[in-house]
Amino acid sequence: MSKQRTLHFKIYRYDPDKDAAPYMQDISLELDGTERKLLDALTKLKAKDDSVSYRRSCREGVCGSDAMNINGKNGLACLTDLDALGDTVTLRPLPGLPVIRDLIVDMTQFFKQYHSIKPYVVNNTPAPERERLQSPEDREELNGLYECILCACCSTSCPSFWWNPDKFVGPAGLLAAYRFIADTRDETTNDRLDNLEDPYRLFRCHTIMNCVDVCPKSLNPTKAIGKIKEMMLARSV
Amino acid sequence: MNIAKRNFDAVIVGAGGAGMRAAVQLAEAGLKTAVLSKVFPTRSHTVAAQGGVSASLGNSEPDNWHWHMYDTVKGSDWLGDQDAIEFMCKKAVEVVVELEHYGMPFDRLDNGKIYQRPFGGHLSHFGEGKPVRRACAAADRTGHAMLHALYQRNVRANTQFFVEWMALDLLRGVDGRVLGVIAMEMETGEITVFQAKATLFASGGSGRIYYSSTNAFINTGDGLGMAARAGIPLEDMEFWQFHPTGVAGAGVLITEGVRGEGGILRNSSGEAFMERYAPNAKDLASRDVVSRAMVTEINEGRGCGPNKDHVLLDITHLDPKVILSRLPGIREISIQFAGVDPIKAPIPVVPTCHYQMGGVPTNYHGEVVVGGQRVEGFYAAGEVACASVHGANRLGTNSLLDLLVFGKSSGESMIEFIKSEPSALPEVPQSEIDRSLARVNRLDTQTGGANVDEARLAMQRTMQAHAGVFRFKDLLSEGVTKILDIEKQVAQTEIKDKSKVWNTARIEALELENLIEVAKATMISANARTESRGAHVRDDALDTPETPNGRDDVNWLKHTLWYRDGNRLDYKPVNLKPLTVETVALKKRTY
Ligand SMILES: Cc1cc2nc3c(=O)[nH]c(=O)nc-3n(C[C@H](O)[C@H](O)[C@H](O)COP(=O)(O)OP(=O)(O)OC[C@H]3O[C@@H](n4cnc5c(N)ncnc54)[C@H](O)[C@@H]3O)c2cc1C
Ligand code: SF4
Ligand code: SF4
Ligand code: FES
Repeated sequence: MSKQRTLHFKIYRYDPDKDAAPYMQDISLELDGTERKLLDALTKLKAKDDSVSYRRSCREGVCGSDAMNINGKNGLACLTDLDALGDTVTLRPLPGLPVIRDLIVDMTQFFKQYHSIKPYVVNNTPAPERERLQSPEDREELNGLYECILCACCSTSCPSFWWNPDKFVGPAGLLAAYRFIADTRDETTNDRLDNLEDPYRLFRCHTIMNCVDVCPKSLNPTKAIGKIKEMMLARSV
Repeated sequence: MNIAKRNFDAVIVGAGGAGMRAAVQLAEAGLKTAVLSKVFPTRSHTVAAQGGVSASLGNSEPDNWHWHMYDTVKGSDWLGDQDAIEFMCKKAVEVVVELEHYGMPFDRLDNGKIYQRPFGGHLSHFGEGKPVRRACAAADRTGHAMLHALYQRNVRANTQFFVEWMALDLLRGVDGRVLGVIAMEMETGEITVFQAKATLFASGGSGRIYYSSTNAFINTGDGLGMAARAGIPLEDMEFWQFHPTGVAGAGVLITEGVRGEGGILRNSSGEAFMERYAPNAKDLASRDVVSRAMVTEINEGRGCGPNKDHVLLDITHLDPKVILSRLPGIREISIQFAGVDPIKAPIPVVPTCHYQMGGVPTNYHGEVVVGGQRVEGFYAAGEVACASVHGANRLGTNSLLDLLVFGKSSGESMIEFIKSEPSALPEVPQSEIDRSLARVNRLDTQTGGANVDEARLAMQRTMQAHAGVFRFKDLLSEGVTKILDIEKQVAQTEIKDKSKVWNTARIEALELENLIEVAKATMISANARTESRGAHVRDDALDTPETPNGRDDVNWLKHTLWYRDGNRLDYKPVNLKPLTVETVALKKRTY
């Protein structure tokens, strides 16, 4: 539990309905010590000023709605401890995506890239009457991949994605690509690699690791990207 | 005002598990389908489900759908309709296997089959045997894995999603048939009529009527509000499940799967108290039973912590490897929201509002039925619907199953209906559209009204205090007066934000208008039901030989129907006749 104190927000504000340009707004909020997470404080703030706009739903880090840039780093408001923040909190929308309003960004480009990797298991062998079998070891290959909540913290912290959001799949999309490559039930590994064989789609990743640093689910897109690159290499020799 | 109109074969409100399972069916049949959701599909609250989805696969030990059916009827305290329950339990294997074929990353047994764990109330041999492993799981992230797999299947099927569109009202023709919904695009504030031959509500639950809830912010009962305003009654709304293990103070859920893996509830003296309340099933008794035991422990002074206001869920005796592989999400949640690592210390927990057993009345085909008649063109599935398979108390893992079974069956009945319908749809009466626009317009012009946050809080605190785990005659009747008072505030809420663009203040005000319908339905139905059954337990319903545990089958073996108009109550019989097997006969419920 945090203590009683005053929190000074600096929040990116922009309502295209009335603002000519975005601006940073200073707002302070009294915390009574019952608030645990940044989202709790934001909820309280919104009760005071109902125009502050952000997305949120699950408040437990599984839906991926409330990703934002918190004191310069991407994260989920609902998993950010207030205690770990100073008395001044600067909130901006996720970088690199068009802003719709305040902390709400247009995620179209992000999902387009996710869809581009064909995010579904393809298996053309007629399905058995019961489940397809998979060994626990093969299933374990999916750990660290399937848990992605599509929050976009990673892709919007990736310089390569900022410069080429239309051409570079980005860490989230590539993590998903590897999730389907790694699934023993999927029969289209080659097509999946073909789909990424391009100067931009995969190879724009320069292993800068921002993505790993910000992922709220402790996933490692860089490692997945490395594995795809290895497979590409192995295939070409 | 001239508003845009779009035509579809089918409109689905909701992209959670139920909506997306139905969408697969419709999209793969090539029908023109629109799926509306307030959030991107994978952000729907199905994503938060943890423990598992039930199916008598029998991968670890013998099991069959007859036992599953027995457990579900008993769990429901005989309020569930036995035709629907038979249908669901029989279909379970098929729909879970399908989900696996869609790519769901279930955990696996050494032989490669789906991993299953025990869960509360799921027993072998018609309730006489030991807990049975029936919950198919992907670690403790089953809902996440399931929702993503369903979304992925829809991407493959090219389903048309309308993401961040909020349905405002259900539209009905002069003859009462349902013609679609009117909805608002959140980004622009634009309003559009979605006309369709068949409309499915899959809009999820409404746990946010309570102050402390495991539900997401968006679980505001919009489908229930829309149905109620359109004259559809709500069934069995007095039955709310309080999950035994919400993190104390935070409300975030700790799955029953924790107890399935061997977790034990302890009171302040460290006693595993469930042995006293449920000598056979112990910590794996049904949820209503465990929640009442916990509250009794706390009320009798054996609670933990400085305020003696919670009990402890202990897994420190489990192999850390089991915790890390089977319960990694739970560990994360306890560290994040309780500040304890469950490998080292027990987790503080309290019963927390979790699941609405009632909803829009349907049959097992997903068709909405009122007064014995189908409401033409209208379907409901998932938590918003009442089929009724959960009756007075849902068993854990039966909801995810419900989403799959009834998502699919409603999709199938919609396909059949759409194909039999002539192509021209009747016009939507202007009065229907105006009824909805008036609500939005009021918010644009209202001044000097109640604050949304304050009105919502008043409602939530009232529900918590007057219709909780244990219910009291006097508190219930007072609760009715209070909620009807709060309703007046809700009708006058004022928002300061008048922007057209992503106006979350407006969305919250509209959501509150739905929540209050649910709160009224709950309080009024609960006040009227003068017996104890399943999750609804009252102080004035006594345990006698004629009324075991306070359950009064002579007078109350029936479903409640609450109508918004005049808060009228009506009742309909429980269907005790299964489809092909014999009735599960009434019996006192003990675990
Ligand atoms: C924390 C938690 C854990 C759980 N664990 C389990 C478990 O292990 N096993 C189990 O069987 N059950 C579990 N349950 C219960 C189960 O998860 C839910 O009952 C179920 O997921 C509900 O699914 P649904 O498809 O009906 O609705 P949801 O998944 O809630 O989806 C509702 C959809 O409707 C949309 N919507 C709502 N209103 C509108 C509107 N006005 N306009 C447009 N769209 C709208 C939303 O955007 C969303 O897409 C759990 C529940 C919780 C809260
Ligand atoms: S490692 Fe690659 S994907 Fe991750 S931030 Fe760096 S460039 Fe982007
Ligand atoms: S990889 Fe991590 S940061 Fe990126 S979208 Fe997934 S959960 Fe978010
Ligand atoms: S609100 Fe769902 S991830 Fe934060």
